[in-house]
Amino acid sequence: MTKQTTEKEWPLWEVFIRSKAGLDHKHCGSVHASDAEIALESARDVYTRRSEGISIWVVPSNAITASKPEDKESLFEPADDKIYRHPTFYDIPKGAGKM
Amino acid sequence: MYGDTSIQKPIKIAEPTSAEQAKLEEIFQQKIDDDIKIEPQEWMPAAYRKTLVRQMSQHAHSEVIGMQPEGNWLTRAPSLRRKVILLAKIQDEGGHGLYIYSAAETLGTSRAEMIEQLQSGKAKYSSIFNYPALTWADMGTIGWLVDGAAITNQVALSRGSYGPYSRAMIRICKEESFHQRQGYELLLTLSKGTKEQKEMLQESVNRFWWPSLMMFGPNDANSPHSAQSMKWKIKKKSNDQLRQEFIDATVPQAEFLGITLPDPDLKWNEERGHYDYGAIDWEEFGNVINGNGPCNKQRIANHIKAHEDGAWVREAAAAYAEKQQKKQVA
Repeated sequence: MTKQTTEKEWPLWEVFIRSKAGLDHKHCGSVHASDAEIALESARDVYTRRSEGISIWVVPSNAITASKPEDKESLFEPADDKIYRHPTFYDIPKGAGKM
Repeated sequence: MYGDTSIQKPIKIAEPTSAEQAKLEEIFQQKIDDDIKIEPQEWMPAAYRKTLVRQMSQHAHSEVIGMQPEGNWLTRAPSLRRKVILLAKIQDEGGHGLYIYSAAETLGTSRAEMIEQLQSGKAKYSSIFNYPALTWADMGTIGWLVDGAAITNQVALSRGSYGPYSRAMIRICKEESFHQRQGYELLLTLSKGTKEQKEMLQESVNRFWWPSLMMFGPNDANSPHSAQSMKWKIKKKSNDQLRQEFIDATVPQAEFLGITLPDPDLKWNEERGHYDYGAIDWEEFGNVINGNGPCNKQRIANHIKAHEDGAWVREAAAAYAEKQQKKQVA
């Protein structure tokens, strides 16, 4: 019991799965593994037991840089007032046909 | 069980220490009230995090310990068909444990820490897995009743406020349906069998009925800190509500099997639109959850043994990874 507390934990890997051809890889969870190869095999066993995927990415969790929740406003709010970026901003007469 | 930690010491909810913190708490509660999920890096009250870590780790432990009663029957499955089904189900339980550990780790608690708490007895797991699986019929009853109760609970948990937990629950619920159906099908087969097989079925259900009802945790009146979990939407329905849902769904299935349930007070209440049921033996529940059930010691001893027996694999894999890394550098 004392042993396991001193034992070094295997690194954490984030798992991304492409569920079928044509779709993006999507994050689905994480696994602990000593190296990338074992991470792939564990991810396969844990996350694709029922044909949930055709391709897996594993990425060391500490290699991911994430935006901070508190930066949400400064990062994403500027997009809200740029309504001219959306097609519905423009009035096109019916006569012009489908556009 | 999974949705209920009320048998343990309550987690203290600290008063906000500053105006700034009070504001953060207000924003947090507003998100919860608006059904906006909480994600890992966001601010959350310390007690929310602590409650979740406790509940999720105990849920994960339940999945993993739950592999033991069924593993007991793998080598004695009566046919190859039943054996591969049982194997797949047990593998799923291991997978479910891993989904939830992975979700719990997003709250900043390490896997090693959680495992240590399980092995030292500090963390609990569902009381149901401290009962032995004595007959082959138990493999069916566990799927039908135990997984059935788990589904009732987990469907509610999948609508909870913490994103990673909720997503893990959705995934688990999809797989859990197979568990319940294979169990019921197994029991249906026994119900059409010999006199001995029918007796084995009835005897198994007699043993598992009450412990299955206990899985939902104490009556609402004795579940004092459920209210906070409900407010935070860690819990979406009360213990008694979930128990009633489970009973209402299960009684007709028992009738279809042609068996009785061991509760003389169980009867349809037209006025309530629900089944009434008898009093639960909470003393037994308390004993089992506090370590004095029939199998508590064995379950933990097995877990520790498996963990220790596997140490050389972990060491070898770590040594291999290190060697490969050195090669790459050189």
